[in-house]
Amino acid sequence: MNTPIENKTSSSKEKIAVKVDDLTVAYNYKPVLWDIDLEIPEGVLMAIVGPNGAGKSTLIKSILGILKPIAGSVSIYGKPYEKQRQLVAYVPQKGSVDWDFPTTALDVVMMGTYGSLGWIKRPGQKEKKAALEALEKVGMLAFKSRQISQLSGGQQQRIFLARALVQNAAIYFMDEPFQGVDATTEIAIINILKELRKAGKTVIVVHHDLQTVPEYFDWVTFLNVKKIATGPVKDIFNDDNLTKTYGINYKVSIQE
Amino acid sequence: MLGSFAVLRKQSLLGDAISHAALPGIAIAFLITGAKDTNTLLIGALISGLIGTFWIKSIVTKTHLKSDTALGLILSLFFGFGMLLLTFIQKQPNANQAGLDKYLFGQAATLVESDVWMMAIVTGLCLIVMLTFWKEFKILLFDADYTKTLGFNTKFIDILITTFIVLAIVLGLQTVGVVLMSAMLLAPAAAARQWTNSLSVMVFLAAIFGAFSGVFGTAISASQNNLSTGPVIVLVASVFVAFSFIFSPSRGLLFKQIRVIKNRRDLELHKTLAFMHHIAETHKDISHPHAIKLLNNFQGYTKSTLQKLVEKDYVQINGNMWSLTKTGFETAANLYTKQSTEDE
Repeated sequence: MNTPIENKTSSSKEKIAVKVDDLTVAYNYKPVLWDIDLEIPEGVLMAIVGPNGAGKSTLIKSILGILKPIAGSVSIYGKPYEKQRQLVAYVPQKGSVDWDFPTTALDVVMMGTYGSLGWIKRPGQKEKKAALEALEKVGMLAFKSRQISQLSGGQQQRIFLARALVQNAAIYFMDEPFQGVDATTEIAIINILKELRKAGKTVIVVHHDLQTVPEYFDWVTFLNVKKIATGPVKDIFNDDNLTKTYGINYKVSIQE
Repeated sequence: MLGSFAVLRKQSLLGDAISHAALPGIAIAFLITGAKDTNTLLIGALISGLIGTFWIKSIVTKTHLKSDTALGLILSLFFGFGMLLLTFIQKQPNANQAGLDKYLFGQAATLVESDVWMMAIVTGLCLIVMLTFWKEFKILLFDADYTKTLGFNTKFIDILITTFIVLAIVLGLQTVGVVLMSAMLLAPAAAARQWTNSLSVMVFLAAIFGAFSGVFGTAISASQNNLSTGPVIVLVASVFVAFSFIFSPSRGLLFKQIRVIKNRRDLELHKTLAFMHHIAETHKDISHPHAIKLLNNFQGYTKSTLQKLVEKDYVQINGNMWSLTKTGFETAANLYTKQSTEDE
């Protein structure tokens, strides 16, 4: 499991997919993120962990330009984010939208094609085909015409994932994709994430369940307003960093 | 039509705020020009309506206030200011002053041909813009943050939607007036939402409901003396809403209640069947007869449930005894085990 990573870390021309410099974000007076420097190498499956209010979602949102940082810059493959949008896909938290909105599962997935379509142009057969393929990948093809309020939480999460897959991006940002989903969906999602990594994509996931970090991910960033540590799971996912991040004496047994 | 967007943005009260905010604009436009030219007054209404709306938006983004608080604040502030100006105008020695208060409650009878043309043109314009930016409107309403990551200028789309909502409201002011305008905006959309799960159908239905309310309302008020048109139109629209809330097949209260009752009956039936299955299982021969008395131990049992089971050919009755048929036994054994697959 670790081989592709070792190849990357040992190789001298390791490609940096996402680079964050001196990022600082504040909502009012208190900084939510303080002076974050982060380099995410290409092809990793990375978890962002940290306690509630540590700024995990904020970090993703400011990288994606949804929130405006006070200071700092973000580059994607060496160029500013604004010029590289088409390389990036985003899976927001499931709770961020109104699922009673009058639309179908297929329609939501089609929204993933809007970015490449640009202004005014309507999605056509090509876009529909791509959306159907993505639905099949997440195992939701049978639900394509279902009104989205009639989907379960896990199914809604899969729809969001499919919408991002349609974008065919190089880097995926996901905000708590495992929140409130059952075991079947969790396994389905993690399999898709691993497939993405196999295809050379970079996946960054806000994650809550510390127990599953070593099993699911190969790269991890500890975050609590400041960046505590970032690197390969096998090197830095230890009690020391967990204690530093969560402030209490944390013991997680890592089975290798 | 445009009300659909307001309803879906959960900004239903925005319409109310905009229409109230338009009032000082009308008054100021009158004070400046000193004439009662409809177009000038409406432009005044448009400007102050827009100012009000963007004030509300900036209050929400820049302070801790919730949007309903901001709406309420701006609504009463502008309306109060507007009323103040109206009383001030009434004390002015200007013969033209009378009739400005028609904007409070609206007076469709004062519409002249040029007003109607103006409305038609603006409605057509709204329609064109809506169809052009349909995709953008839809995705912004559903998921604004995501829209931003796709590279769309969300601010522009937002301003576009808001401007057209304000425009629609200002045009409606003459007909139904400041106080009732928000009902005109929201009622058709709320009614339409009950009937469909598709955004395009919803917008289309809302337009039809709105148009019918207008036509019927005007017809009713014209046939009776002293019934002002605006309120009648709003009442007709409300009838549409009430009707939709009760009778819509999927979301309506009536059918929901019917479904609840039907489900409960089915459940009772299934429970009885399961109980019988439980008893029948104790015998090798499933068709072995049992006393009906046995069933009295079971709560959900009534004579009519037994009767229904017989009708469905699940159970046979012989005097005081009952026995499960083969289909009945199989149905009972499979109850709720494969529920998830047959569900819908």
